[in-house]
Amino acid sequence: MKYLMTTAAVLAASVAWAETPVLTVYAGDYFTSEWGPGPKIEAGFEEICECDLEFSTGDLMPRLLLEGARTKADVVIGLTTDVTAKARATELFAPHGQDNSALTLPIVWDDEIFLPFNYGHTAFIYDETRIETPPASFADLLAMDDDIKIVIQDPRTSISGLALVLWVQAVYGDKAADAWAQLSPKILTVTKDWSASYGLFTDGEADMVLSYTTSPAYHMFAEEDFTKKAAIFPEGHYFMAETVGKVAATDQPELADAFMAYVMSTDFQTLIPTANWSLPSALPEDQWPEGWAQLPLPEKVLFYSETEAAEVQAQAIETWRATLSQ
Amino acid sequence: MARHTQPIKTSTLTGPIAAGSVFFLILAALAAVASKAQWPVTFGVADWAALRFTVWQSFLSALVSVVFAIPVARALARRRFVGRGLLVTLLGAPFILPVIVAVMGLLVVFGRSGWVSQGLGLFGLPPLSIYGLNGVVLAHVFFNLPLATRLILQGWQAIPAEQFRLAGQLGLPPVVVFRTLEWPVLRQVVPGAFALIFVICLTSFAVALTLGGGPRATTIELAIYQAFRFEFDLGRAAMLSLLQLVVAGSAAVAALWMLPPIAAQMGRDRPVQRWDARGAGLRALDTMWIGLAATFLLVPLGAIAASGLAGLGQMPSQVWSAAWTSAWVAALSTVVLVALALPISMWLAQTRWGGAEALTLVGLAASPLMIGTGWFILINPFAAPTQFALIVTALVNAMMSLPFAVRILMPAMRQVIAEYGRLSASLGLSGLALWRIVVLPRVRAPLGFAAGLAAALSVGDLGVVALFADGDRATLPLQMYRLMGSYRTDAAAGAALLLLTLALGMFWACDAWGRRHAEG
Amino acid sequence: MLKVEGLKISLGGFALQASFEVDAGQRVAVIGPSGAGKSTLLGAIGGYIPSEGRIDVGGKDVSNAAPDQRGIAMLFQDGNLFPHLTLAQNVGLGLRPSLRLTDGERARVSEALDQVGLAAFEARKPGDVSGGQQSRAALARVLVQGKPLLLLDEPFAALGPALRGEMLDLTSTVARDTGATVLMITHAPEDAERAADHVIFVDEGRVEPPQPVSEIMSNPPPALRAYLGR
Repeated sequence: MKYLMTTAAVLAASVAWAETPVLTVYAGDYFTSEWGPGPKIEAGFEEICECDLEFSTGDLMPRLLLEGARTKADVVIGLTTDVTAKARATELFAPHGQDNSALTLPIVWDDEIFLPFNYGHTAFIYDETRIETPPASFADLLAMDDDIKIVIQDPRTSISGLALVLWVQAVYGDKAADAWAQLSPKILTVTKDWSASYGLFTDGEADMVLSYTTSPAYHMFAEEDFTKKAAIFPEGHYFMAETVGKVAATDQPELADAFMAYVMSTDFQTLIPTANWSLPSALPEDQWPEGWAQLPLPEKVLFYSETEAAEVQAQAIETWRATLSQ
Repeated sequence: MARHTQPIKTSTLTGPIAAGSVFFLILAALAAVASKAQWPVTFGVADWAALRFTVWQSFLSALVSVVFAIPVARALARRRFVGRGLLVTLLGAPFILPVIVAVMGLLVVFGRSGWVSQGLGLFGLPPLSIYGLNGVVLAHVFFNLPLATRLILQGWQAIPAEQFRLAGQLGLPPVVVFRTLEWPVLRQVVPGAFALIFVICLTSFAVALTLGGGPRATTIELAIYQAFRFEFDLGRAAMLSLLQLVVAGSAAVAALWMLPPIAAQMGRDRPVQRWDARGAGLRALDTMWIGLAATFLLVPLGAIAASGLAGLGQMPSQVWSAAWTSAWVAALSTVVLVALALPISMWLAQTRWGGAEALTLVGLAASPLMIGTGWFILINPFAAPTQFALIVTALVNAMMSLPFAVRILMPAMRQVIAEYGRLSASLGLSGLALWRIVVLPRVRAPLGFAAGLAAALSVGDLGVVALFADGDRATLPLQMYRLMGSYRTDAAAGAALLLLTLALGMFWACDAWGRRHAEG
Repeated sequence: MLKVEGLKISLGGFALQASFEVDAGQRVAVIGPSGAGKSTLLGAIGGYIPSEGRIDVGGKDVSNAAPDQRGIAMLFQDGNLFPHLTLAQNVGLGLRPSLRLTDGERARVSEALDQVGLAAFEARKPGDVSGGQQSRAALARVLVQGKPLLLLDEPFAALGPALRGEMLDLTSTVARDTGATVLMITHAPEDAERAADHVIFVDEGRVEPPQPVSEIMSNPPPALRAYLGR
């Protein structure tokens, strides 16, 4: 133990002695895999900053809360819209300093702390070779034959699962329990996370899966498979975004600011679609990579602000649990 | 003529110290989590529902596993056939499989569009539905049937061959043989196997969720995960972890209390010549049980291999470096396990304090997330916890396999003491020389088996590393999840096959090491 | 040489008491019916069974000493050799429990094996040699141990009569060479007459003091007479 701590200290010291300044960016677990957005962002930023960008990945919120003021992070990337309230409450973050009006989100964004770098919406994905008449609305979905099986995620352990519960809440309000009761016989199973659900769908185990409006893009552009479609509902789709935050106590404030500016740059924004399989937060549709503008996207977007979500969330989850437990 | 066992003079302190450190590691983590908590904590309706479901599904899973393991073990104990040794080894494979990989394999066979459902469809029958309590139990039986079979088989083989010879000479019918010879042994072995599987299933989480079919199948482990990673309510997490420890702990204590001490004979994996099972009917029955078990356990493994082969070529290079990381974390955790299990099992083999064995089960009942978070809190004031990610993972993995290792090693330790305790004492063998010259060579075979199990379990475990993981320190299961998380299902299937191969390979290497130089 | 004073052992319902002395260089046979307590007596002297009272070996009180600190070498009914070690290693343990032998010690091991007729078997393991050869190896270890007192708990019981006699003779030779006093359990009166000069008769937990073998065999007390069937 003692030896290890010494090693850790030496490592930390050698980093401090290095000549180029280091920007430490905490990122979600998937970020730095070679197929993820991390390596491209790192290369892109290092070209302009004369610094060394170091990603440190893991569970963002547990890590930030556990480390508290001792955190090594200068910037945190990947905080989803459902955790911004909790992240804000840590008081670790400083204003992002970017112009919110440059954002091209389908909703109004006036948060001065957390800056969105991508977005998407929840949607049910189906395979058109297996479902001939996909539901054209949420009401259609509820009225579907019970033999059509859907797989969803648990709102208590997954971000997309939580978004679904809020989506149903936003569409049906007081009638959410009825909606869940109608959906219940069609739900094949509830998985811990998005990956397990999506695997069940691609393996043909489920006919539809709760995912994102951008999911078909992966199949189209990476696999040239045009059979996977998102069912678009006129009732609206729930909005989700991932944000970047600047740590107030950073020892590299200029670099952190430069990084926030980089997030808003066209370079960064054009990386997002194919590296992250989501929509860019500050890029007009005509500048999206080829084919992306043809992706069917909802007209109407639903979103609970932090404070609204805090009010309805617990009750919405309990309605989901109680109805599906019957 | 009375035969007295002479205690073996290894250090009398190492055993209690090793067991104590395990206990301390867990309690310190729990205390650390509790110290950061917001009190008071209250449990809601959902928590009690989760507790009820957790206990009920664990009970059913343990029951079904044990009930089916008895005829399979009985058949394996009294039949010889070509490939029997290989079959016994392969039957152990599901137990060391990573949960998510195994579920993939099970679904290929038993899923809605799986082989069985397709077969049913040919006859115009509706597809099989395994989502719900039955699916959870099915998966748990898939994992634990091999373990139960192995434990019960070991008990069966502890019946001296002479007793069967005597029974054969007296012409006792199978029913009487069962009542007089086999039942007493089963009564000794079965409660222990049941308790172990019950505790394993208590902490199950991924399985219950994927096959559970909905929020009714919520386990305490899921609630702990929710509290730690999603709500970040440390108080709730600590209380739930404690609840899980108490439930598992009482199950362990109850089982140990029911469990008579295991006889000192070491079961060798050799079928005993039997005179009571010669009838064609009994032979057909045994063949059927062995066939059923083999099909149930091996077909999903084949499915995993088949779907993984195509994905092997699509795996990015990071998967290979993750496999390397996993291999050395497994090696490290195996070393830790051996260092803990040897003194603890030696101590337990000699102590009359029954509760001591329950201590090791605590390691199994403790939520890895709780241990990981606790140690994160403890390390954080002094150093960057990510530097310790792999060490903590190795430690936690070692603790998870400790109960198995102790169960495997203890009978061998008892036998060493019974056979060579006096001789060692008369020659003044003690301390390290005693371990080196007498104990290690004598327990080498079970040690290899236990080490193999630990290595394989460690390879397959996602565990706490997710909380700490840095990009460069990702393990193979984590990398597999990342692939699944970015639409790359084919590459993930390839990674699953690599994971399966690595786990089985490390198991085989350790087990073969143990058996190669084992002395009769 | 060996002085047992007020020795008391109680194990479950069984109790054994003994007080006797054995002079240096004597070879004493311990005889008596099954279950009389012969093994228990030797076990207590050897330090393997807890007992009350006092045991002196060579004028030193060893009542509370560990088995290897009593100046006693003992051969049991079985399990006298470690099956995973070679015969040479097994004998070497008698010199150093760590088995880290010097060249001189290694030479002594070879010499001892030679003395018991196992010169060519040093590298063999117990499972690869006959029962008689295993006994010889165990005796070779007694030879290198050089302890003043040797306890034999029927180590040759499983051998045939001729081989057993041979081993008893070899034991006598070893005892003479090391100057050891010997206590040996036996069932056969002819073994006692062949290898012992004194006899201790044990019956129902009572231990008679040693008497010259010729005396007791020619005029056995009633209990011994019943045991011998004469």
